[in-house]
Amino acid sequence: MIKVKKFFIYAMLIIISIISVFPLYWMMAASTNTSFDVIRGKLIPGTYLMENIKNLLASNNLKGALWNSFRYASIQTIVSLIICSLAGYGFEVYHDKHKDRLMTVLLSAMMVPFVAIMIPLFRMFSSAGLLNTAIGFMLPTLATPLLIMLFRQSARSFPRDIIEAARLEGLSEIQIFFRMFIPSMKSTYAAAMTITFMNAWNNYLWPKVIMTTDDSITMPMLVANLKEGYVTDYGMLMVAVLLCTIPTAIIFFLLQKSFAEGITGAVK
Amino acid sequence: MFKNKIPLSVKQNRAGWMFLLPAVILITVMNFYPMFNALLLSFQSGKGASLEYAGLYNYTRMFSDKVFMQSMFNCFFYLVIQVPIMLVLALILASVLNRKDLRFKGLFRTAIFLPCATSLVSYSTIFRSLFSTDGLINTVLLKTGILQTAYDFLGHPMSARFVIIIALIWRWTGYNMVFYLAALQNIDYSVYEAAKIDGASAWDSFWKITVPLLKPTILLTLIMSTNGTLQLFDESVNLTSGGPGSMSMTMSHYIYDTSFRFVPNFGYSAAMSFVILVLVMVLAIIQMKVGDKRD
Repeated sequence: MIKVKKFFIYAMLIIISIISVFPLYWMMAASTNTSFDVIRGKLIPGTYLMENIKNLLASNNLKGALWNSFRYASIQTIVSLIICSLAGYGFEVYHDKHKDRLMTVLLSAMMVPFVAIMIPLFRMFSSAGLLNTAIGFMLPTLATPLLIMLFRQSARSFPRDIIEAARLEGLSEIQIFFRMFIPSMKSTYAAAMTITFMNAWNNYLWPKVIMTTDDSITMPMLVANLKEGYVTDYGMLMVAVLLCTIPTAIIFFLLQKSFAEGITGAVK
Repeated sequence: MFKNKIPLSVKQNRAGWMFLLPAVILITVMNFYPMFNALLLSFQSGKGASLEYAGLYNYTRMFSDKVFMQSMFNCFFYLVIQVPIMLVLALILASVLNRKDLRFKGLFRTAIFLPCATSLVSYSTIFRSLFSTDGLINTVLLKTGILQTAYDFLGHPMSARFVIIIALIWRWTGYNMVFYLAALQNIDYSVYEAAKIDGASAWDSFWKITVPLLKPTILLTLIMSTNGTLQLFDESVNLTSGGPGSMSMTMSHYIYDTSFRFVPNFGYSAAMSFVILVLVMVLAIIQMKVGDKRD
């Protein structure tokens, strides 16, 4: 009886794992095959990868899109982590009645759907000359309540004795933050980095609104634009999807463990 | 203790506010101000930049707008079918993966969490390709003889909606499972062993121990998924293109089209986006109220 039950549990897990992984495997296999082979249903990797990349490079601004996505997402991640961890630390370490109330107000921003603020933001940014710029890309999502909350939770476990001792040694408040807090919160920063980089890299709606020239497009936009034609070149399309997925997949694997740890801290 | 009661010095208090300043300014200028702006905009009407005050016209207009009503129906359809299936599946997987005697745990967890590594546009494109008339699903169904001619999954309203639902479940189950796994680590495993000794089945412990103890996390994931589903955009644009017609289109997709694809009508778009805001808020409040009651 127990053996039968175990068998069912493993069978279920194996089937669900296969379903989870298969579309990604298919995408990788398809990126190495000709469109004809993909349509025929070929599932094993072929030798057409370089050819597909060449076709993609020839017909699209692939280099530009990769570089833009990388640039936008990296700068946004660095700046966002600094701003949100400053705020999270500030809310926890210096907390009083007023700051707690302010935190509640900021948290309500999480409820605001992006489409509701997209039009005013677009009008603001176009009159400020921020269309097609990296600053325009990142400004709306630099400070997010979720990240502030994450850092506030982790600051709770930061020992007050360290702060007191550092103050006695004559360190200023901001020095304590940079020299004591940041180095001791590596897993929280790793989790925040995973979340921010992935969100920035994958963002589609906002760049679609403000990136109006071909020079400023991002990878998700490039992938989305590829399906516009009448005949789809599946091999080329899946190469683009693959290139759009590799960077986030690398971050995902490198930081998977600390991501889970960071989330654990936030859920507690 | 006396020592902890010493209030913050003036200097420290000022430093504290300085820490918050950049984030507070950014959220105010990038969230609250545009939201207020959108509210004003929703009472104006006109094409492009020439806007006039129009009272509640935009709000009354949307009830006779068939496309908007369809897109609202679609969002609720996705919400009611996809979110429960996904959350129950994530809960079951998390509690199975939490078992002490399970082998290859890390491998299963990584595999099930893996879809989260793909961007929304990427997985929408993959699913669009898999379910197209010349895609793999049709090829397999034809080769095995289940179908005689290729079925146009994305060309029929119901099947198009279900392809979106399948894709959503694929992409987000692992994500929610990680939240449950994190929360399950806070439950002492001996509780389960004690229940087992008392003769409780795995099914009993799932409903009597896991679900009640995970309630705050379940509530969190429920609110996040509801919020996300009402704002679906990437999938509607890239998987089905909202089609056939507008039969699988989401509200955000339609708002994008009325703002940037067709002749821009910012006032009307702003009014429709406020409907999403109100729906998100009302549903979150209901879920929190219901979640509290069962205490």
